[in-house]
Amino acid sequence: MAASDNGLSGESIGADSVAGGEHPKRPLAGDDVMKENALSWMIGGPALTGGVNRSAELFAKACARAGLYVFSNVEYHSNIMGRHISYRVRTSDVPVHSHVEHVDLLLALDAETLFGTPEYQDYQRHGGHLHRLAPDGVVVLDSQAKIDHSAIERDDIHVVALAYDDLVRESVEELGVVYNARRHSVMRNMVPIGASCALLDFDINHVVSLVAEVLPAHRQDMVEMNRHVLLHAADQARRAYAKEEFHVTLRPRPERNGHMLIKGVDAVGIAKIHAGCGFQTYYPIAPASDESVMLERHQTTYPIVVLQAEDEVASMNMAVGAAHAGVRAATSTAGPGFSLMAEGLGFASITEAPGPVVVLWQRGGPSTGLPTRQSQQDLRFALQPAHGEFPHIVVAPGDAREAARITHMAFNWGDHYQIPVVVLADKFIANSLVTLDDLGLDDLPIDRGEYWTLEMNGSEPYRRHRLTESGISPRAVFGTPGGQFVTTSDEHTERGRIDEQVENRIAQMDKRMQKLDLASSEIPDEWQYDFVGPDDADVTIVGWGSTRGPITDALPVLESDHGISANFLQIRLLRPFPTTVVHEKLSRARRVVLVEDNYMGQLGLLIAEQTGIKLERMALKYDGRPFSQDEVVEAVCEHHAADIGRLVLSHP
Amino acid sequence: MVVADTERITAKTFGVEDSHPDWCGGCGDFGILSAVKQALATLGRPPHEVAVISGIGCAGKLPHYINSYGLHTLHGRALNVATGVKLANQNLEVLVAGGDGDGYGIGAGYLVNSGRRNLNIAYLVHNNGVYGLTKGQAAPTMRRGQKTKGMAEAAIQESVNPIGLAIASGYTFIARGYAMAQRDLVSLIVQAVRHRGTALIDILQPCPIYNDLMTIDFFRGRDVGHNRIYRLEDEGFDGRVHDPSNPDEIVAKQQAAIAKSFEWGDRIPTGVLYQVAAPTYEDELAGRLPELGTNSLLDLATPGQDISRLEDAYR
Repeated sequence: MAASDNGLSGESIGADSVAGGEHPKRPLAGDDVMKENALSWMIGGPALTGGVNRSAELFAKACARAGLYVFSNVEYHSNIMGRHISYRVRTSDVPVHSHVEHVDLLLALDAETLFGTPEYQDYQRHGGHLHRLAPDGVVVLDSQAKIDHSAIERDDIHVVALAYDDLVRESVEELGVVYNARRHSVMRNMVPIGASCALLDFDINHVVSLVAEVLPAHRQDMVEMNRHVLLHAADQARRAYAKEEFHVTLRPRPERNGHMLIKGVDAVGIAKIHAGCGFQTYYPIAPASDESVMLERHQTTYPIVVLQAEDEVASMNMAVGAAHAGVRAATSTAGPGFSLMAEGLGFASITEAPGPVVVLWQRGGPSTGLPTRQSQQDLRFALQPAHGEFPHIVVAPGDAREAARITHMAFNWGDHYQIPVVVLADKFIANSLVTLDDLGLDDLPIDRGEYWTLEMNGSEPYRRHRLTESGISPRAVFGTPGGQFVTTSDEHTERGRIDEQVENRIAQMDKRMQKLDLASSEIPDEWQYDFVGPDDADVTIVGWGSTRGPITDALPVLESDHGISANFLQIRLLRPFPTTVVHEKLSRARRVVLVEDNYMGQLGLLIAEQTGIKLERMALKYDGRPFSQDEVVEAVCEHHAADIGRLVLSHP
Repeated sequence: MVVADTERITAKTFGVEDSHPDWCGGCGDFGILSAVKQALATLGRPPHEVAVISGIGCAGKLPHYINSYGLHTLHGRALNVATGVKLANQNLEVLVAGGDGDGYGIGAGYLVNSGRRNLNIAYLVHNNGVYGLTKGQAAPTMRRGQKTKGMAEAAIQESVNPIGLAIASGYTFIARGYAMAQRDLVSLIVQAVRHRGTALIDILQPCPIYNDLMTIDFFRGRDVGHNRIYRLEDEGFDGRVHDPSNPDEIVAKQQAAIAKSFEWGDRIPTGVLYQVAAPTYEDELAGRLPELGTNSLLDLATPGQDISRLEDAYR
């Protein structure tokens, strides 16, 4: 297949294969054997006023508490109030790391959740979610919202209409309390949960106990009211859907009820505290600031200062200063902020600062782009984030647990190699909730790198950038007696003095760049890549970052439903690149499919650059939405069946 | 280079024998360097407890000539880096240095926001009106209508008023010095460092190569028959707020400082324009986590913090 003029292999852009669009014909076949606990649930409604987030997170938590494995992800606009939010909760008896296309149970707080908005009518495929509902699926809607029932032109699904406000009012009055809309309407978000519990045969007490935990002491009187709303909603839902059993039930698994339910931003925050990160800077930006806001809440109990800076230039350079002064420092941002951090990153690298750790939560670019949506567009940018040639580490975790563990290691690498480290995460990891046994931080090593002490060089002046065999010079932390040094963003001598001589320039360039080779040889394989599945397979999927979730979920489905054996090469360390192992794995692979959330196939370009292997088969998504398990299955099936080159996926 | 703590601390203690300034002859930076070393000697802190953080430009080279910890950072970002250094280790005496283009142009946003924080650091701005290292373009302090011999056309942008900007930004110590008035400059630097909070000293200096307007002769007032530079204290000006709990006095002193900041031409005021005692950023942090009142993050933020309770909160 000839390369097109934009440098991408495969067909020309106009002739792209575009997959997806039709609503799913059936629930995911892989789940057929265990419809018990295999649920795809979605709630949709307006931001803020709908209480969508609260409902979904409460329901997800109740499922997690009941011992189910949960994966939950949210789609929202860059908007405070009113624009559409959809929040999915997927449960299972086996660990799940992604969403599926179909929905079994859809809770619609407004018409947009079902039909989308008029502006979507310009496109063939609308923006609502009704089409995602699986046959025999149920939509629960608010009969008091302006929803045109006749527009639901599907006879293979069931509609349960509940009067949300009436239901809340009746429940309150049952308790002998005078109904006050301003005070009580907040409990509307219990209605879809109560209805869900009824349809799924799930005990509402899983939810009630959570409400009691969440409400402060002086609001505990509300627990009983919430319980009443839940009971009332459950009762009404049962009556409205009296015909038959819903096709999914939720059965508690008490043996597993101790696991965490956590988002990537919180997992990374905990990892930073554990790693002894004393200084976190940030400038508010979606989807990164949740991580800093989480850390802000712990400043009174842990030795960490979170400084909200005036911009990301300041954030970056403050963190560099703290790192030089001996404190583990970090900052956190998204693409637009990372653009401003470029200059400081080069400064950190040439001055051999130990860190900082920069967590880059990618979102859709370019420019302001899609502020709250998924993408993996910043790989190439992260690899060369500033002018000049300098070493830094770029590492991409595949999920929340990996994000926590890699963040911990990033501090070690920053200290050990005295270079900045970019942890390349994204919105899908940031905002998705997942059940985990733990974050896996306890067993990780702590490495602060080599310190300089006065005894080390006697009467010799300290050389901050001393030429050593490894390229690493023992560092004197600011304040160390006798270790006074100056270093500079200019090219400099071993002693940090500005210098433009050619020999020194070569020596210092070599010294710095050599640290990448050292890192490549020292960083254990588990941080460089992961290989999942059989050694020998029909298809090898290659990816990085958060596509790990949908890809690993897709592997067993490909085998069981499509008879395709597939394995997965996840590249974690992107700089320095694990060239040898990638070359070896790909050379042996029969059919390689590259999966990325971007337009260019950026990992593919990097692999070609590093190994000389050009990946022709791509499954790309740049619609601002993460891959679902089904999309990976679909893409691999299509690539398995035919030579289609560049496949672009979207399921609006 | 290795200085034992017992050695008597003098200006020479902060000297660097094997690194020589590459500033031009007659540059005001020499005067500022000399004053900084003298002030450090007066303050008596050993070199390893001092950090000098600078921006880019001629002024940015300052730390290379001082025996202390030093970071010669990026254009306009010295205050940011210094903020990180100070918060990591509050025991360090942190001095920040840079030019007027560095501080009032490319770094203006950080000048403003550093004032809001009131961290316990001192910021010395070498103000010579031009970008020297890039061959004499107008700095943000160049007044509208002025034209140095190196400029192709006269400036058509208004100049920034750094003193007024510092007042508006919340600086708690604001002074103006003159690079050639050594004794006064040393005194101002000592006061700025001793001040609890962020101190700004706008230091006028000649650039003998590119600024033929702000020359030594100009400051001496050859043309007007008297020294243009005068000391505010000689005229009974008192910029210090004596009762920080009195908002009326604060406003009055700020207004007086701003009024003085516009004085330029035949007479140029130097000295302390404004000073007030106010809680520092470090005070605020200690209010949040009391351990930070006596320890630095450097000592407290050790790896391996117990996070079991944090994890459990998500169960």
